[in-house]
Amino acid sequence: MILNEYKYELGTIERGYNNRSLYINLSDNTIKEKEVTQFMKDKFIGGKGFGLWYLWNAVTPETKWNDPENEIVIAHGPIAGITQYPGSGKSLVVTLSPLTHMPMDSNVGGYFGPYLKFSGFDALELQGKAEKDVIIFIDGNRGIVQIMESDVEEKDSHLLSEILTDRFAKNEEDKKNVSVVSTGSAADNTLIGLLNFSFYDIRRKAVRLKQAGRGGIGTVFRDKKIKALVVRFEGTKGNLNNPADQGKINKAGIKLHREICLLDDKQNRMRKIGTANIIEIMDQYDLLPIHNYKFGSHKDTYKISSDKFQARVTQGLPDGCWYGCSLSCAKAADDFIPETGPYKGQKVIVDGPEYENAAALGSNIGVFDRDAVLELNFYCDTYGIDTISFGTLTAFIMECYENGILDKEKTGGLELYFGNKEAALELIHQMARGEGFGKIAGLGIRRMKKIFIEEYGADADFLNDIGMEQKGLEYSEYLSKESLAQQGGYGLTNKGPQHDEAWLIFMDMVNNQIPTFEDKAEALHYFPMFRTWFGLMGLCKLPWNDIVPEDNKYTDEPAKIPEHVQNYVDLFNGITGKNIDKHELIRQSERVYNFQRIFNIRMGYGKRIHDRTPYRSMGPVTEEEYLSRQERYDNQLKELVGIDPEGMTTKEKIAALRKYREDQYEKLTDAVYQRRGWTMDGVPTIKKLKELDMDIPELIEVVEQHL
Amino acid sequence: MKVLKKDPEKCIACHACEETCSKLYFKEENPDKACLRIKETDSHPEIITCTQCGECIDICPVIAITRDKNGIVRIDQKKCVGCFMCVGFCPELAMFMHDDYIEPFKCVSCGQCVKVCPTGAIYISEE
Repeated sequence: MILNEYKYELGTIERGYNNRSLYINLSDNTIKEKEVTQFMKDKFIGGKGFGLWYLWNAVTPETKWNDPENEIVIAHGPIAGITQYPGSGKSLVVTLSPLTHMPMDSNVGGYFGPYLKFSGFDALELQGKAEKDVIIFIDGNRGIVQIMESDVEEKDSHLLSEILTDRFAKNEEDKKNVSVVSTGSAADNTLIGLLNFSFYDIRRKAVRLKQAGRGGIGTVFRDKKIKALVVRFEGTKGNLNNPADQGKINKAGIKLHREICLLDDKQNRMRKIGTANIIEIMDQYDLLPIHNYKFGSHKDTYKISSDKFQARVTQGLPDGCWYGCSLSCAKAADDFIPETGPYKGQKVIVDGPEYENAAALGSNIGVFDRDAVLELNFYCDTYGIDTISFGTLTAFIMECYENGILDKEKTGGLELYFGNKEAALELIHQMARGEGFGKIAGLGIRRMKKIFIEEYGADADFLNDIGMEQKGLEYSEYLSKESLAQQGGYGLTNKGPQHDEAWLIFMDMVNNQIPTFEDKAEALHYFPMFRTWFGLMGLCKLPWNDIVPEDNKYTDEPAKIPEHVQNYVDLFNGITGKNIDKHELIRQSERVYNFQRIFNIRMGYGKRIHDRTPYRSMGPVTEEEYLSRQERYDNQLKELVGIDPEGMTTKEKIAALRKYREDQYEKLTDAVYQRRGWTMDGVPTIKKLKELDMDIPELIEVVEQHL
Repeated sequence: MKVLKKDPEKCIACHACEETCSKLYFKEENPDKACLRIKETDSHPEIITCTQCGECIDICPVIAITRDKNGIVRIDQKKCVGCFMCVGFCPELAMFMHDDYIEPFKCVSCGQCVKVCPTGAIYISEE
């Protein structure tokens, strides 16, 4: 049954913009167009910039994630949809997160973003709540948007996206023109729900999924009773953006294709194994999270190393999540047969494995079993659960279980010790069914800490030390103990501890390229700003530094990959006809980055106190951890702290090291705030906003209350 | 299968082959729009031609490149989305593009260039 239908004029994209967006309110089934103004393009560029701006206008400081006025905004960006440069088909999804209560943004592949753009819209705003489950369909060739009641019984993404692709495609040939956004049954029952964006794999003849994983966006999607979004667009070509200078884009793209062709096998093997290439490297450098981030390496890592996964990744043909991605990190294990759950015994496709999944669903919870990791990965995706949050919160639960904070009685019989794959799988099935301990686990670490402290009498200090969340979001999968810069890379972020803003461990710890606080602060300014830019454009980060030109190491700033930065400048200028340089590129990001910080402040967060991190991310919490790396820590006490550890008890040594490391983090925070143009409480100054041409009255009004 | 072969030692870099090719393909005498290339170097000119090896077939994300019944690798312009991955990944650098067009182009062993080559530096061989 069609609840509302809206017809619109088809248009053409001019220099990367449609100059209009689509607004849908599910409470009253409103469908309308909005103008994308010059102001929006100047200040917010596109992608997550547009998402944050629309969300800012939709909510108040009192809005909760499950209030009808909360929005989910999906936007791509001016560069998105080009086919010549790898990684150019990304969508940015923005909403108020159920985990952090602040704006969340997540970057995702699949064809939805480009098809939304080719259908005529620079963003899609979803507000309100439907009464019954709905499907929203955008026909980009006929100019029709429909809201219809859902008649689909299936609740999990791998089935939903397949059924809807079949339904909305005219025939097999047409399936590649359809993309579905959906989530799964666990998004109804947890706060860690994700969104799956589909693309049709014409070689496998199967629907594949990419995830907007972080921060519970899928939970908001289901709270709005959206079953799925479907877009259909036929006629993709390489010049639909009508760029100002197609030649400039072609040149940059072909140069990078050639680079990848010649160098990927020698560098990161992204085409062969994707991001999983680093599992054993992280272990080698003591950076792979083991047992809730206690340790950085394990004797059994070889069982989940990249070659074990590579043997399971079939077809051998590299594939990208948008046309033209020759880096092709997308991988899939075909004919995988789960051993548990509702799809037990059926042949399914597992998208992945990604590094994050192998670490979250493997080493961090002590499951050194490739097929168990794949099964958990499959269920996370189809149930609509963020693999990172699931892995990190399960690791937290397991440590609580082994410390007697939880027991079989409290978990309803689940023996959640490290390495128990059966219990981890049952936990995820409980999340999907909305039953038992899975319901508590699905609330995320922050809420679990509260329950364990208040109801189970757990030691609050201990839980706050080992619970690897900050701002309410679970940490992603790197051990940051020995890299102060990465502690900041996780802690001094807008949306919570992820590595999307900065990954500085090698620069800092391994290569020692940023030794001083000022160096680290510069890195924690430049890289988060630079990487924010991908989210404004609809781009992927990987083709920036997961492949580098052969002569990169001889450049003045190898960590920035100067040649690739120039490629991005060329892409932007080629599309828009503007003439920015690499400095203006950073300013474009700074505007949105500071805006997001102020948005956090407006929602009651975003200050220095919210940038504090759990001590597990900074150093050894327990004697077990200290003793496992005793020589390293003893040496640090001698050389860095200036204390002779001789004769001290382990407890005393832990305390001395902790005092030193926490102090280092505070000093780093000072330096970073200063470099970013913020007060020592983490508030962007009016002077900074003026410098960025972001002294918009409504922003000034927020910061003035905190200066 | 017919394949355009080369004997660079005989090439005098007159570029007649490129002109013929681009005229046939794009109705224009423009070496930048030819499906083969003569690159002048200090020693013998280099002749860049497609060997019909088919590496590009698997590279194409939309299966726009296929081998026809005669073994010739061809691009379906309608299916092509203009990503130019095939251009970057061609082992012979014999997949070409021009900014006037959003699809790449390549040699299909038609042999027209052979007819105008004064020295026999290029020839069609049955493989």
